[in-house]
Amino acid sequence: MADHDPASRKNALRIEALENLLAEKGLLAPAAVDAIIERYEQEIGPLNGAHVVARAWTDPAYKRRLLDDGTAAVAELGFGGPQGEHLVVVENGPRVHNVVVCTLCSCYPWPVLGLPPAWYKSPAYRSRVVREPRVVLREMGLEIDESVEIRVWDSSAEVRYLVLPERPAAAANLDEAALADWVTRDAMIGVGKPQAPQP
Amino acid sequence: MSADFLSSDGSGAPPRSNGELVFAEPWESRAFGVAAALRDRGLFDWDEFRACLIAQIALWEKQHPPDEPFSYYGCWQRALVELLAQKGVCSARELEVREHALASRPAGHDHAQGHDHDQDHDHDP
Repeated sequence: MADHDPASRKNALRIEALENLLAEKGLLAPAAVDAIIERYEQEIGPLNGAHVVARAWTDPAYKRRLLDDGTAAVAELGFGGPQGEHLVVVENGPRVHNVVVCTLCSCYPWPVLGLPPAWYKSPAYRSRVVREPRVVLREMGLEIDESVEIRVWDSSAEVRYLVLPERPAAAANLDEAALADWVTRDAMIGVGKPQAPQP
Repeated sequence: MSADFLSSDGSGAPPRSNGELVFAEPWESRAFGVAAALRDRGLFDWDEFRACLIAQIALWEKQHPPDEPFSYYGCWQRALVELLAQKGVCSARELEVREHALASRPAGHDHAQGHDHDQDHDHDP
């Protein structure tokens, strides 16, 4: 159905024309574009961040390094690249809940979370979560007790944020690999909590 | 908050899957991939691109009511076109001409360089 939308057709034509011109000028290889798209569609996603969080939950020394220098600590696990150069990890606790936004555009830690979901980029989320985080989180299905302080981190500087969620009590006896299955993308943005994996 | 805030690839998407749909339409993935590839070649850096993207998003928000559907990759693509024009890589006029040429391809013609040149009288001396 999207194919019949005039704006969508216009955009499709425009990017085709641009690729065409850039290829002619010797500035762009279509195969390079294909490879980038495939990497972001298949490889670079929230599973990376889930490994980071699970490691931090099971290895206190790693957690210290992660909170100290996020970029260096995720590089230890093999993750890095664009939009991850200044990664700051913020830790949730019994009294503090962290949530991440980019008020001006869509800054997001690509190496650990992949590309941002549509709602993260929406004008509604970007403007409202700063003004009324508790209300927005409730609408997204996350109730934060009034006694817990909500800290909203705006990624619009050079810094990209990743939330280190609290390890769920129900997952106390699990090993690192099993714990990674509990870590959701939304928990690492701060709009959700870790969840038991669906069978 | 509008209904589409939580829909599309939002909370309904399997958050643990790395294979989730990150682009709603193919042109969005091309717009992303072209910008990333040009940045890899050093034509610009992400900070420059980001400044253009912020400007395009702000412009869209100024010109449209909040309940109108927002196309993030529409802004992304306009930012890319604008930045390449600023850099003198590709002018708006050049792009228009090429769009026009592509749009006037016969229906079902997938290849930019066709083989039916005998039908093309535009370049006759």
